[in-house]
Amino acid sequence: MKKSIFILLIFIGFSSCKKEVVKDDKLEVTSVKSYTYNELKPLLEKNDDKTYVINFWATWCAPCVKELPAFEKLKQEYATKNVEVILVSLDFPKQVDKRLIPFINKKELKSKVVLLDDVNEDVWIKAIDSTWSGAIPATLIYSSKGRKFYEQSFDYEKLEIELKSLL
Amino acid sequence: MKFKKTILLLFVAIIATAFTNKVTEGYKVGDKIEDFKLKNIDNQMVSLSDYSDAKGFVIIFTCNMCPYSVANEDRIIALDKKYKKLGFPVIAINPNDPKASRGDGFEDMKVRASEKGFTFPYLFDEGQKVYPKFGASKTPHVYVVNKQTMKVEYIGAIDNSSRNPDKVTEKYVEDVIEALLAGKKPSKTQTRAIGCSIKVQ
Repeated sequence: MKKSIFILLIFIGFSSCKKEVVKDDKLEVTSVKSYTYNELKPLLEKNDDKTYVINFWATWCAPCVKELPAFEKLKQEYATKNVEVILVSLDFPKQVDKRLIPFINKKELKSKVVLLDDVNEDVWIKAIDSTWSGAIPATLIYSSKGRKFYEQSFDYEKLEIELKSLL
Repeated sequence: MKFKKTILLLFVAIIATAFTNKVTEGYKVGDKIEDFKLKNIDNQMVSLSDYSDAKGFVIIFTCNMCPYSVANEDRIIALDKKYKKLGFPVIAINPNDPKASRGDGFEDMKVRASEKGFTFPYLFDEGQKVYPKFGASKTPHVYVVNKQTMKVEYIGAIDNSSRNPDKVTEKYVEDVIEALLAGKKPSKTQTRAIGCSIKVQ
């Protein structure tokens, strides 16, 4: 008797999960594109009329997760002002399916998320910015007006001030 | 009037110091380091001067909670096992403020060290006084120090693949120690790797 109730509970559990997936089907992210540094590089040096805000983060990095809403808000507020936000995840490649994708869906991230998977950290950290020690969170903002790199956390106000300096 | 002037001067001095402090980013390769005294997980105080037989030190700022640190734990243990007997013991220091990083408290450090079987001291940077002197910015962050000169020989990563130990093709720290043991100058003295920012309140 107990066993059948248990099975029934599991069954209900499963079916309710499934429903949610169907309901949110349109929003669900199912994959994240993985880049080597050489593949990512063009995104870090585009030469057009846009301003790019590139945030380096990971799901396991608490201060990164804390500042994500600021980047999401920036994306929304500046959507019509030629600003593009890209979230470059440094999650472990093995955890993309288990952690990164569920995280994107749970937080309903609207910004573009890509994974940077490249072993030669010593080469690409320096190449991204000579002052970057490799600690995350870190953010790069660039446009035709200039290029600024920040090894620090942001709140929305500070982020907006920095963005405006390059708009 | 004189009083006002003194206050003004004092004020200028304070501001100047505040800015200088910001500019100071800690030890660089070639700098002489100060010894420290920090509490180990066995409650004993540890200083570099305690190691009379050492030729140098592999000082690693690391912690319990950062996945990059965790991913490097086995490599840190392997380094200690291989080089302690050759005179280069690992000294691990947790620089995080436990109030800002739950799971990095002194008791948590004891648990993690025993779970993993750390063969090296795992020191608690109480009051976060030591890591700023080194200029450590993340975990893990390695400093190889020559004991005779107390000078920094290397700052950076353990190897060239922090996220995946199977993809390592260059073992930076081992190369540095091997060079020092052979009486040579290490060829690479500075490298970078991704890590977790050090947690402060």
